[in-house]
Amino acid sequence: MSKIIEIENLCKTFGAGDDQVAALQNVNLSVEKGEIFGIIGLSGAGKSTLVRCINLLERPDSGKVLFHGRDLMALTPRQLRKERRIISMIFQSFNLLEQRTALENICFPMELAGVPKKQAEKRAEELLKEVGLPDKRDFYPVQLSGGQKQRIAIARALASDPEVLLCDEATSALDPKTTRDTLRLLQDINTRLGITVIIITHDMKVIEEICGRVAILNHGKVAECGAVEDIFSNPQTSAGRRLVYPDGMPYEQLPTGRVVRVAFNGGTVYQPLIATLAIDCGVKVNILAADTRNIDGKVFGTMILGLPEDEKEAAKAMNYIQSQKYVTVEEVSDYHA
Amino acid sequence: MLEQIAALLESWGVRKALEQLEFLLDPETLPMAIWETLYAPLLSAVFAYAIGLPLGILLVIGEKGGIHPIPKPVMNVLNGIINLLRSVPFLILMVLVFPLSRLILGTVIGTTATIVPLTVAAAPYVARLVESSVREMNQGVLEAAQSMGCSTWQIVAKVILPECKPSLINGATNAAITILGYGAMAGAIGGGGLGALSLLRGHGRGQVLVLYVSVIILVILVQIIQSIGTALCAKTDRRISHNTEKREK
Repeated sequence: MSKIIEIENLCKTFGAGDDQVAALQNVNLSVEKGEIFGIIGLSGAGKSTLVRCINLLERPDSGKVLFHGRDLMALTPRQLRKERRIISMIFQSFNLLEQRTALENICFPMELAGVPKKQAEKRAEELLKEVGLPDKRDFYPVQLSGGQKQRIAIARALASDPEVLLCDEATSALDPKTTRDTLRLLQDINTRLGITVIIITHDMKVIEEICGRVAILNHGKVAECGAVEDIFSNPQTSAGRRLVYPDGMPYEQLPTGRVVRVAFNGGTVYQPLIATLAIDCGVKVNILAADTRNIDGKVFGTMILGLPEDEKEAAKAMNYIQSQKYVTVEEVSDYHA
Repeated sequence: MLEQIAALLESWGVRKALEQLEFLLDPETLPMAIWETLYAPLLSAVFAYAIGLPLGILLVIGEKGGIHPIPKPVMNVLNGIINLLRSVPFLILMVLVFPLSRLILGTVIGTTATIVPLTVAAAPYVARLVESSVREMNQGVLEAAQSMGCSTWQIVAKVILPECKPSLINGATNAAITILGYGAMAGAIGGGGLGALSLLRGHGRGQVLVLYVSVIILVILVQIIQSIGTALCAKTDRRISHNTEKREK
């Protein structure tokens, strides 16, 4: 795999004087060709600014944006417009042309590129089929639901045969089911057409559904970046933990006694740890909190266990858990009341 | 019959009704006045749009942070000129523009001569109307267009104008009615049409009947323009046509 997009030392500041806000501070990222890369952060973290810097809708103050190793900032406006055609973008609010039908919307990028009308319409019909809305060709955006609008927007984004698809909170305005369908479509596009997808979101579920790698953005800086499994099973920074456990741990409710955090790093779903612990060792542990996720049949996440008050029982449990594959365990002393 | 109506009008206090009635019923009078009332403002509206439409769009896209920023001093000058022209009352502006009318048309009297001051007065008004229509536009759509590699010209021609069309039609209806009103005012100082008829004959010579009839026709003209504008706007707007369809179902 080769790097398709590289971001080097990117800085962007809004406002001036006392109102100055550093939206991005020294951001470094690279996206591999053909992957689905997620950028997650809470609102105000600078995600949208970052994604807009990739196609230079927002011009960074300093740093570089390389596309296939070519610095986009150094291009003339005309060259940049050409590159933008192969870096498509979809948006939270869909941004369809409201006075055009679905078909005309999809034709729009081809119209810009000077594709003959007949040919463009034929391609647009194919794309309508591709996104599963062949019967909506003559519908205006106002007649479509949110999910349908986003599908048309995706079809429009594909019309220019892009290499990269930027998704700016593309599912944030959609309900859970539509979100899942839309993510499936994006995944499908990624695998079938080999288009690199970059997803901006504040929703961890979106990342776990389809992303291979993720970068956590916090106050304009990349807090963590790596494979989704790693970040999920073992977030290293407080920003990472805040996203992985959005509700936090109810610390004050935890009982006295030994409390341990068990991290699952990809064991199979069908390995019921707590049940086997009870059967094999005869030790009953208390599940105080759990946040595990099933990704491709593997378990990731953590569980907070309250061990029995009895020292021997507790040690037995610890030994058992430590002996398991794909599981790490650590004591959390500060959970004592 | 005519005498009976005249007698009736006389009894209402309209003096010399017959004379006025005869004047109004002269096939030359009203059609001519209506024609003059319409053609000068409509031509002016066309010229005003030729100037005001690009200007109004420029006021939005040329801003700092707009899709095609132009130097701030230029923007300030444009805004200054527009505000200046808009703050001069039309009748005074018309007198001030007399030298320009003479230069362009060689005369300051008559309906045709009012086209110059009407255009000068209407262009900045049109620019502001267009500006507010374009400002209303969904910024996300502009962003999407830019992300697809639209040039400034393509954004204006293929995105801003079509997307703002209903709102622009509404604005044009307003502009047409306002210019029609200005045109009637111009009747006071040398213009023609219904304005001149009602002011000079009706008010000036005390011919109440002429005054009323010409004002009523003006009102009807405005109603017609407004209805056409509203209908056209609703017909072209794809954001609302659907809702009516739905209700019918």
